[in-house]
Amino acid sequence: MPTKLPPVDVLLVGFGWTAAILGEELAQAGLEVLALERGQFRDTVPDFAMPQIQDELRYAVRHEMFQEPARQTITFRNNHAQTALPMRRLGSFNPGTGVGGAGVHWNGQHWRFLPNDFRQRSHVEERYGADFIPEGMTIQDWGVTYEELEPHFDRFEYLCGTSGVAGNLNGEITAQGNPFEGPRSRDYPNPPLERSLGTLLFDKAAREAGFHPFPAPASNTSRPYRNPLGVQMGKCTYCGYCEWFGCANYSKSTPQTTILPVLLNRSNFSLRTNCNVTRIKLDRSGKRATGAIYVDSSGEEHEQPADLVILSAYATHNVHLLLLSGIGEVYDPKTRSGTLGRNYAYQMVSGVDVFVEENLNPFMGAGALGQAIDDFNGDNFDHGPHGFIGGAYVALWTTGGRPILQHQLPQGTPEWGSAWKQAMAENYLRSASLSVHGSVMSYNDAHLDLDPTYRDAYGDPLMRLTFDFHDNERRMSRFVTARAEEIARAMRPRSYTVNQRQGPYSIVPYQTTHNTGGAVMGDDPSTSVVNRYLQHWDVPNLFVMGACVFPQNAGYNPTGTVGALTYWAAEAIKTRYLKNPGPLVDA
Amino acid sequence: MVPALTRRPGADGHFTDAERAFVDAATARIIPTDDTGAGAREAGVTQFIESQLAGDFGDAARWYMQGPFKDGTDEQGYQLPLTPAQLYSAAIRAVDQHCRDFFGGRVFADLDAEEQDEVLRGLEAGEPELGDVDSRSFFKMLRANTVEGFLSDPMYGGNQGFVGWRLIGFPGPRYDYTRFIGRHGEPFPLPPVGILGRDGFI
Amino acid sequence: MRAGLTVLAGAAVLTGTAAGLAQEAGFSDIERGRYLARVGDCVACHTAEGGEPFAGNRPIPTPFGTLYSANITPDRETGIGGWSDAEFERAMTQGMAPGGKRLYPAFPYPFFTKATRDDIRAIKAWLDTLEPVRQEVDPPELPWPLSWRALLAGWNALFFEEGVFTPVPGKSAEWNRGAYLVEGLGHCAACHSPKNLAGAVELDEAFEGGFGEGWFAPDLTGDLREGLGEWSVEDIVEYLKTGSNRFSSAGGPMAEVVERSTQHLTREDLRAMAVYLEDLPAAEEVAEPGDVRDLDELLMAEGEALFVDNCTGCHLMSGEGQEGVFPALAGSSVLQQEEPHSAIQIVLGGAEKPSTEAKPTPLAMPALGWKLDDDEVAALLTYLRNAFGNSASPVEHSTVTDVRSIIEEREGTAALASE
Repeated sequence: MPTKLPPVDVLLVGFGWTAAILGEELAQAGLEVLALERGQFRDTVPDFAMPQIQDELRYAVRHEMFQEPARQTITFRNNHAQTALPMRRLGSFNPGTGVGGAGVHWNGQHWRFLPNDFRQRSHVEERYGADFIPEGMTIQDWGVTYEELEPHFDRFEYLCGTSGVAGNLNGEITAQGNPFEGPRSRDYPNPPLERSLGTLLFDKAAREAGFHPFPAPASNTSRPYRNPLGVQMGKCTYCGYCEWFGCANYSKSTPQTTILPVLLNRSNFSLRTNCNVTRIKLDRSGKRATGAIYVDSSGEEHEQPADLVILSAYATHNVHLLLLSGIGEVYDPKTRSGTLGRNYAYQMVSGVDVFVEENLNPFMGAGALGQAIDDFNGDNFDHGPHGFIGGAYVALWTTGGRPILQHQLPQGTPEWGSAWKQAMAENYLRSASLSVHGSVMSYNDAHLDLDPTYRDAYGDPLMRLTFDFHDNERRMSRFVTARAEEIARAMRPRSYTVNQRQGPYSIVPYQTTHNTGGAVMGDDPSTSVVNRYLQHWDVPNLFVMGACVFPQNAGYNPTGTVGALTYWAAEAIKTRYLKNPGPLVDA
Repeated sequence: MVPALTRRPGADGHFTDAERAFVDAATARIIPTDDTGAGAREAGVTQFIESQLAGDFGDAARWYMQGPFKDGTDEQGYQLPLTPAQLYSAAIRAVDQHCRDFFGGRVFADLDAEEQDEVLRGLEAGEPELGDVDSRSFFKMLRANTVEGFLSDPMYGGNQGFVGWRLIGFPGPRYDYTRFIGRHGEPFPLPPVGILGRDGFI
Repeated sequence: MRAGLTVLAGAAVLTGTAAGLAQEAGFSDIERGRYLARVGDCVACHTAEGGEPFAGNRPIPTPFGTLYSANITPDRETGIGGWSDAEFERAMTQGMAPGGKRLYPAFPYPFFTKATRDDIRAIKAWLDTLEPVRQEVDPPELPWPLSWRALLAGWNALFFEEGVFTPVPGKSAEWNRGAYLVEGLGHCAACHSPKNLAGAVELDEAFEGGFGEGWFAPDLTGDLREGLGEWSVEDIVEYLKTGSNRFSSAGGPMAEVVERSTQHLTREDLRAMAVYLEDLPAAEEVAEPGDVRDLDELLMAEGEALFVDNCTGCHLMSGEGQEGVFPALAGSSVLQQEEPHSAIQIVLGGAEKPSTEAKPTPLAMPALGWKLDDDEVAALLTYLRNAFGNSASPVEHSTVTDVRSIIEEREGTAALASE
């Protein structure tokens, strides 16, 4: 029997970005808040201290900051005809573990989704007609609009000290920013990062090709910054070790660098690390969460009662917990009934490697130092002639030049031997990559459920992922990759290589840690797990954060939208739920 | 506060002599010493791989290694029941046996460079059949570990004298490029540095 | 309680700004006592690691041996619950506990004696409101004859002068309030002054910097390089209120002082302290920054390389740091102290800015002692003390070795393996 602990007002399961935001919002409101984190406590010093943090082998190759499959992983198959097998080592995506979660090792690529993205189905139907949506595609509206989220996007950007330049200031299109972005109420808190040579070459070429390049928004600070909580950040020094690493000089926005100094000082907030939650407990009615069961580092089981339970772990982990806890009806792809596990989506990435004459010094960079075009993202262009839904940004990122994993070689270069070595010597300093970062719509055959065979270190079934790319995404990707190729050509490189996304989705090569869906939000309880405030339809004192609520995935990195949704939910909890605990939307 | 540097080099004794000879010969073909300069041998790649296999990586400490083990699709990734250390050990035994059978009793390390390249090309293409061991998986891992040893921080035993980083022009883990990021196209003036420092002062 | 005020000469000046206003506003003595205990940072010495606040028994290392701080909660048996106000006052002002037992001057009664008796009683009134904690205090670990407390009568005769602070005529009320706080309850000179062989402050060199816990508490005089000569009153206030300013960040023992004590003081009192400190004359002839020293070129080159490889991520190649975030090395007084111990401490063991209400981020510098050996630290600091317009004596290898052993002892570990 687990030991039963004294109750708290709010229990946060997982302690990354969403939990840090909610912890601060709800502790500030006077509630007693407890966060449970499966990994260790981590802070800038000593855990991300230089020079030890700049260790490509330890972190990027051996994955020291990421979830350990030995403890918990997923099983995977491309389709229902296959038997899912465990992801034995990380590949396609890298969820975090430990305080700060993946918010510690992210790049800082901080985007807002487009206004139309939040009305995906309505927008497509209005502009192109319902027939435009292919058979099997299950896209839907989010139940929340860009206009409603705007103040929350803004709050998250000011918390992070995001560096960028407005493209649409209250409806006015500016010269330097992204002209396609949704209107923003004020400019970014910090100006763009300095430009690398690679980003300038991209900028010039993209203009030549007739597109609208702009500095990509970066939660790497371009100057010293103090956020509205009073928390201080240094300025980025372009060391080139953002993605997969912690930041040593307080210049990448993470829970540690933006919230924790204030939150951890609050007497009504507490954090327990090395505590892995295995179940959310419901009362007999099944309509009320009573708390959670967790296992501590010595293997002891505890029951933590709470009035309000919030799932704030990584997207896939939140869904896994709902599945393990039997909360909600599991989606059945045969009958199309059930909502839990439905509408899993991902990101469609491809690219063009360019080999230029110039010395680009690729090792000087930042996780979100990039130049991008948004001309072919979302519905920023007329899809009518193309017959697909969705889009992608094209960007040249200068994230660093870590030699083992960050090098490009021209097509046809052997994998080893003198020719490989020669190509490395010739191209390391003089190459870059254009990434095409595309949306993935949701489909009735892409979903999450529990695996019948494989179990995790706690003896629980692993979650099973059934997923493949669809024709819509392949066509989208081919189309936008061809635009990237136009830019690449305009850069007048020595040569370039187009890397189209080919074959079935594979769990092996890294793509993005942008897993979405499985517990999606919406207006209709028959097609969503949580309502527009991220509140569970069946269990009103349970909220679910993270990208698992995205009904489908847009062509952007998700963190900006995840942060905005979290502030949006926090406001609803503070101003409405606490006054009258119960459903915020009638089912 | 002592940073938890993962394993330092010096895990001698993990390999048998035959294994060490194989890895030394094979990595020297994967990154040869040639006109462009030092290769895997000068970099100390064998030492690097031996120490990696003696540690958490060799034990697959972070990997999910529960059964049942089944063959999957390429998209499902590594499904062998072997840890990297076990894979090396089994594969090296099998490749050396294969060499003895086809090259007049000589093991891989005793073949000439041409012959070694031929065997490696075979492994890369998934030939020959090595019993329980998938030759393509082994080659992929050997190739990846060789590149890691050539291009990782010297404190792990490879990239000695920064030979890998010098070849490509990477200056090592440096933290402040604020003065240089705007000097487009100029060569970076400082010599390579490692996590433990420079290789003597230059 | 209020009666005490009229007895003491100049008391109106002494209570100066904030506390005085507070009194007029009707704050209770208890609240004033809580505030004054912050000024004195009582919690620092009277709380053991992991122990209850004010329950004492924290080991206090001194050059003569280890002492254990008293339990000052109102527990009758192990604390001061049985003490009368007069007995408490006697301890604070004469270093004499009930029963005539003399206290070791590691307890800063030579400073507290300057506090008004009214302020002392307010502290007692507040201490009386604490929850009593039963906590026995270990006996001092001192060699004979130092363990013989009677000797302290002789120490007192030589080095101790009892008496309330006397306002200096001709100085402003603000200055006098600052002097009262700095010289009295604040006991700043306890660390920031050289001590004689008997551990007493060298009065004629007060505030010129001194050793404490293996750190060198910097010169607070108007010296331009080593002292506060470049700092304005506002700079000092910001430092004490927030833990950092445009020149420096509090680290080491001072980080705790800011976190527990000075950040909680009113801006008026901090300003008064700053006005007083600003007025301290430079100790010796002010050395102009930028003295040219004859330094070993090879050593300087090694030091520069170590700086470029290890320090520039925060302090930048230019050594200018990042204003308000990472301290500048150019012009740094911590770096240029004649005694380089604090700089060595920071390089070997790292340092962390206090988390204050105004600036909550505990910005930290990582330890480098695991990586740099004593010669490298000496070369690095010799370079930094003479780069960017700085000027100070070279750092000796042996000084680094000494500080390293202090840190190793402190951390109770051979963590900082010297190579």
